[in-house]
Amino acid sequence: MAAVIQLQRQFIDYTTSLYKEGYLDDQFTQLQKLQDESNPDFVVEVVSLFFEDSEKLLNNLATALQQKTVDYKQVDSHVHQFKGSSSSIGAQRVTNVCVHFRNFCEEKNLDGCLRCLQQAKHEYILVRNKLEALFRLEQQILQAGGSIPMME
Amino acid sequence: MDSTSSSTVGMKEVKEEERPHVLVVDDSLIDRKIMEKLFTNSACKVTTAESGQKALELLGQGDNKHTNINNHQGPKINLVVTDYCMPGMTGYDLLKKVKESSDISEIPVIVVSSENVPTRIEKCLEEGAQEFILKPLKQSDVKKLRCHMQFTRALKGRLCLGR
Repeated sequence: MAAVIQLQRQFIDYTTSLYKEGYLDDQFTQLQKLQDESNPDFVVEVVSLFFEDSEKLLNNLATALQQKTVDYKQVDSHVHQFKGSSSSIGAQRVTNVCVHFRNFCEEKNLDGCLRCLQQAKHEYILVRNKLEALFRLEQQILQAGGSIPMME
Repeated sequence: MDSTSSSTVGMKEVKEEERPHVLVVDDSLIDRKIMEKLFTNSACKVTTAESGQKALELLGQGDNKHTNINNHQGPKINLVVTDYCMPGMTGYDLLKKVKESSDISEIPVIVVSSENVPTRIEKCLEEGAQEFILKPLKQSDVKKLRCHMQFTRALKGRLCLGR
């Protein structure tokens, strides 16, 4: 029983820090609110789609920026998609990098684009690690017989 | 009580056949999944399409009549929710095609977009979009849209007072 309470405390603290540090925004809360008994893995499913999508996009971006003649329209199209998907799940820091990234695309600034790609990759890996840790905590709570605290 | 064929909206139960049918059009799988959940949580039946072309087919406007779910025998689409930015046929193109058609022009179309571009919004509203909503959508946005769906189902010609 004490184990469950401790895990729940950890969960609350961890989640709070993710919002405070800007890794997640209200949209993530919206996703959690959508989850119910009819679809108890909804958040994990959506976030998993985001992980798959992001890795593809980051690869496509790297390839596009390595071309002799960079097609900035194509690059922008990938960034637009990345911006959209990260915004849909509440991965705020990734979305913010994408905004800057799009500006550099418009300016056809290769250096700026390459820097943004690195930043986007960095922020993506960070939020992925944090979400995976969060999901692991959730599993631990459930396995210990507890329920996931609702965050407001 | 068969819980798979009905869903609860507050204290009232909405039977399968009475649920408004929403067609969600978006090239992003993530957004389709999220919008589908948003609408099913609001007691709607949802069909998704990954392109404007596919949406038109489902609305009975394509060459393949077999995918037509909007015929007189089958369930009718009560609302179309489409993303603006899609490759090929944009949400605006889809909106135009719906509004210019002979048989589905009365179906309300909501355009959603991640970008707040006033000229884009104007253009869509002028073309007959019921509303233009910024992404990402929230449960509160969807709750407000329900009045459009019920409005067209049973109360044609009456003003939607909203909530």
